[in-house]
Amino acid sequence: MSHLALRERLARVGYVADESLAMALHLALALGRPLLLEGPAGVGKTEIAKALAEVQETRLIRLQCYEGLDTSHAIYEWNYQRQLLAIRAEGASEEALFSDKYLLKRPLLEAISQDVAPVLLIDEIDRADEEFEAYLLEILSEFQISIPELGTVKAKARPVVVLTANGTRDLSDALRRRCLYSYVDYPDRETELAILRKRAPGLEPQLAAQIVGVVQGLRREDLEKKPGIAEMLDWAAALAGLGINDLADDRGAVQATLVCLLKTAADRDAAPVEVMDRIIGKVA
Amino acid sequence: MTRFPSRAQGVADRMAGFVAHLRMNGLKLGPGETAEALAALGAVEATDPGAARLALRALLVPDAEGWRKFDDLFGAYWFNAGKQRAATSSAHVRVQSARPTLWRPHLDGEDGAEAAGETTPGDGDGAAEGVDGRLIATRTENLRKRDLRELMDEDSLRAAERAARDLARAIRDQRSRRRKRALRGPALDLRRIQRASLARGGEPIDLFRKARPDRPMRIVALCDVSGSMTVYARVFLAFVKGLIDVDTKADAYLFHTRLIRITAALRDHDSLRAAGRLSLMAEGFGGGTDIGGALNAFADTYAAQALNGRTVVIVLSDGYCTGAPKALAGALARIKRKARRVVWLNPLLGWRDYAPVAAGMSAAMPYLDAHLPANTIEALAALEPQFAKL
Repeated sequence: MSHLALRERLARVGYVADESLAMALHLALALGRPLLLEGPAGVGKTEIAKALAEVQETRLIRLQCYEGLDTSHAIYEWNYQRQLLAIRAEGASEEALFSDKYLLKRPLLEAISQDVAPVLLIDEIDRADEEFEAYLLEILSEFQISIPELGTVKAKARPVVVLTANGTRDLSDALRRRCLYSYVDYPDRETELAILRKRAPGLEPQLAAQIVGVVQGLRREDLEKKPGIAEMLDWAAALAGLGINDLADDRGAVQATLVCLLKTAADRDAAPVEVMDRIIGKVA
Repeated sequence: MTRFPSRAQGVADRMAGFVAHLRMNGLKLGPGETAEALAALGAVEATDPGAARLALRALLVPDAEGWRKFDDLFGAYWFNAGKQRAATSSAHVRVQSARPTLWRPHLDGEDGAEAAGETTPGDGDGAAEGVDGRLIATRTENLRKRDLRELMDEDSLRAAERAARDLARAIRDQRSRRRKRALRGPALDLRRIQRASLARGGEPIDLFRKARPDRPMRIVALCDVSGSMTVYARVFLAFVKGLIDVDTKADAYLFHTRLIRITAALRDHDSLRAAGRLSLMAEGFGGGTDIGGALNAFADTYAAQALNGRTVVIVLSDGYCTGAPKALAGALARIKRKARRVVWLNPLLGWRDYAPVAAGMSAAMPYLDAHLPANTIEALAALEPQFAKL
């Protein structure tokens, strides 16, 4: 399967990928290497993993990283309560206690103990501590986890690993080297229009063009948080729900729906009626 | 397509050359990458240059910076395109020994061809120019931006950075009394141990620890770059850059008649681009000052986020102000209310017999926790014990 075929199939499940992203995904599948996605918030980095799982017809296993994430939340933990109950109730032996029955699999262990290779999404890896990143490196290269009481669990099928990062902190060179890399930027007008058509097929073509034009215009303004694709879709849904067919018609309502796009007070002040009039005037 | 030199041994050799070419242009790549790249080409339509470019980009680029540079580098190597020094006879790449400061020749303004020539002694076939396929497109722009970069030459930058680091440490090294949970720590966290032991039938199996957390002070620096400060601007900007580099949470602003946030520009890894961005921001550099107005603007806008009970505000200025002294006093009072300490570093204070008689300065005095001399890097470095007391 070439990267263009993969792009086709992603489009069929509702994800519009540009060519370089499709190539990165294709290589990640072909070479069996993890893929690191970077880019501003709200450009659909997480969605990629979901779409990929759907294309591959496999499970998506997601590990959301956060500061202080530790092994018991990322890899495995013993179910102590059940172990205690077993001791009290039936006087279970040690071998019985440390068996699969009492093992709580967390995302990483879950991912490598699947029969069919799943898609493992490690979301916002830059939020996790450096120690965890180092541990992750080991798992990503060996695809095995050792549990002292049970022995080593080897991956039956190598998961497809997708990592996302937002730039909260710098990732280590070692991790970057081990991964394929793709920078996901805000889409251009045509791509964004294609996304909007995919996600909201019922929308008037003229309104869709206006929505995309305004969002693209807003991204060029000096905003703290530029509206992402998710915000754009929200806004489109809001406008459709209000029955607005032309942005220039009901300026008051349009201004009120900007809460979908602009998420800080400073940004709301940065896009007063005059600025919006100018942007909408250009696209209307 | 590329003219292959006779000594090129085929695709593996060319790929090794390409990886070396990327390495020379600042991408960190190991020897293993060449094989990986060939494997990647095996997985795509390698005869399609577009697909090959996308594949190699996904594989070889480690970060966003490289992502932007890659297309030019790719074109320069495989298509003899890009703004390359006129390569006449050969685009073949030799793997050259480490020459880490790649951009140096351009930055220093000396002729890049000379530097390239040095690396290929006795080559004799005129291939010295552009042998490594380096891009030289950025050169003309860099020359235009020399002005501010000269304010931050490497020696003074380093010295100022050192001074800034020491100062930052003197302020930051403040530990809390209270103990909080920690991965490693000297004390056992009995409360958590007990709570966790419930799950194990009262056996304290997991031992948790606690430690005194670092409670670093944040530094917010406001640097005056008006006309009267031109002489010191060089030192102060380097000092502020040092503060920013050392402390990931530090925050910096420039002001003359307006206030501009420069943290992002200073934090730019590409120090050249940082200088370029700074020059743009310092428009009006060397003009008049309105300290009160600028500080009020700060208190109105950024202060809400920048200041808290653990912030030290450092104002670097001589206190000569065209605005009303009252406005300055008012602004400082507002800042003082929100920040832990307000320190004024004054270059004039280093002079003998200086007294803060300028109207602005005398209005400011009541709101300052410290008013310290600073006109050279040495003077800045000597402030460390004073800062430790803050």
